[in-house]
Amino acid sequence: MNKPISTREAYGQALQEIAINPAYDDVVVLDADLSCSTRTILFAEKRKARFFQMGIAEQDMIGAAVGLALSGKIPFVSTFAIFGSRAWEQIRNSVARMNLPIRLCFSHGGISVGEDGSSAQANEDLSIMRSIPNMKVFVPSDGLETKKIIYYLAEHRDGPAYVRLTRNPVPYLSHQNEPFIPGKAELLQFGNDGTLVACGQMVDIALQAAHKIAAMGYSVRVINMASIKPVDSEIIIRAAKETEFILSIEEHSVIGGLGSAICEVVCENCPTQVYRIGMNDLFGVSGSPNDLFKKFNLTVDKILSTYLNIKKNNNYYLNHQSSQVSH
Amino acid sequence: MNNNKDLIQDLEERAKIIRRHVVKVIHDAGVGHPGGSLSAVDILTVLYFHTLRIDPDNPNWEDRDRFILSKGHASSALYSTLAERGFFSTDLLSTFGRINSRLQVHPDMRKLPGIEASTGALGQGLSIAIGMALGARLDKKDLQIYVLLGDGEIQEGQIWEAAMSAAHYKVDSLTAILDYNGVQLMGPVSAIMEVAPVKEKWVAFGWNVIEIDGHSIKEIINSFDQARAFKGKPTIILANTVKGKGCSFMEGKCEWHGKTPSNEELCRALSELE
Repeated sequence: MNKPISTREAYGQALQEIAINPAYDDVVVLDADLSCSTRTILFAEKRKARFFQMGIAEQDMIGAAVGLALSGKIPFVSTFAIFGSRAWEQIRNSVARMNLPIRLCFSHGGISVGEDGSSAQANEDLSIMRSIPNMKVFVPSDGLETKKIIYYLAEHRDGPAYVRLTRNPVPYLSHQNEPFIPGKAELLQFGNDGTLVACGQMVDIALQAAHKIAAMGYSVRVINMASIKPVDSEIIIRAAKETEFILSIEEHSVIGGLGSAICEVVCENCPTQVYRIGMNDLFGVSGSPNDLFKKFNLTVDKILSTYLNIKKNNNYYLNHQSSQVSH
Repeated sequence: MNNNKDLIQDLEERAKIIRRHVVKVIHDAGVGHPGGSLSAVDILTVLYFHTLRIDPDNPNWEDRDRFILSKGHASSALYSTLAERGFFSTDLLSTFGRINSRLQVHPDMRKLPGIEASTGALGQGLSIAIGMALGARLDKKDLQIYVLLGDGEIQEGQIWEAAMSAAHYKVDSLTAILDYNGVQLMGPVSAIMEVAPVKEKWVAFGWNVIEIDGHSIKEIINSFDQARAFKGKPTIILANTVKGKGCSFMEGKCEWHGKTPSNEELCRALSELE
């Protein structure tokens, strides 16, 4: 078993491999004075000439990446998710409108940034990126999946992608031998009562909850949805048809992220109850990641209690319905 | 100094033809930005008919010089210049701004040959030009990158981020041109948000600065020659221009930033541009 690492660290490691591999000579990396934290420093150490330190100037960094892409390069652009988001209009108008192979790999997504508090915690990035035409949105759950995504993006010259990376170590959970394909989710556990869908480090929390739920005699399905856009409609529709309800878990606002993407698919194809666990239209605060997860209910216990409540209510509803019929 | 009288006369004649296209295109479409398009025509004419190493038959030629219209709302001037230079038929100009046209009101590189970058939201072209210059440097290509900025546009903060990074990376293959016509949408630039002293600002940011009359073909040619020869710093050419240049009733007037001429005004403009 591999030692847990953060997805940002896995990103840096992948970039380091790419830096010394001549097959990826078109890859360039840009950073806005955070390369120690985003881990792009691992690329910079190997290929100084293809690393561009752009200073604390995110709008200009995005523009320079556009110019490099127009010169045939594949730019990987990194900063913290919250600061990269300030260049949203440049990302929309210059990166996405020209449909360039620019890889926005922003780290420190979500509240797990921790003590730095609400000004540094991006809980809206998936929402604002997902709404941009041509933009793909990926949230890897572990180091392995991160590396697969980064290699996919270094090998393809298709349009832009946003990759949300996070700060803290996570265990390896994703399937080792399956390639990463945009729009394809991973079925981590099969079940027929209810479905948990998670992304990023919430996949770990969801799996832990699933073990407890299973121990109580329920058959719970667990899906790792790393590709938020394009989203895997097929696996969502199947879950909607084959299980009673879907419960989404994300370290992001419940507005516009994973939960919303699931609702969009379900409501048009197979209306089913969807419950969203995430940031409830709130800003975070300072604190350790674990204290923050507790404060904002991104926990195993919250998933468990929500799951059990839904089951209880559904049973009550079903019994109530049948008793009405029998009268 | 370049004293080739025939060349200058030829370029002046072409500029006049392009100005005629501009007013006609905007009149026919009922949309567009005549003021800031007409102020840029002489600069564009010199670039496309003299300075740029380009091939209209091979618009994606790898070693071509690049031009980015950062002030994308001057698209009617760029389209007219590109059509006259042979990138596409002048017949296309009449589709400007219409549904399904390849001539978007703000340039879209995915729709038309010869457009190096899609622009329209102000403040972004300079950063893109820097990226192109860095890319060319990595590939050891000797090509020049030109970018045209508006004077209102340099109120955008991103311009000054880019001013810093261009100097930091010493991208001397980059030449910015400031279309300094002194007027923006709502009034004189000095009244809306003063940008002066412009020369001192760019010097302080580490640029080579050249000041010219932006309607003198001779001065424009010479400034591009000087910029290409200058090493170690990016160059900005402060081109003093007149908004609406060539149509007396538009000159220096902010109301002609985004207004379209009536039939009568078109006739008057065309007769002035005979």
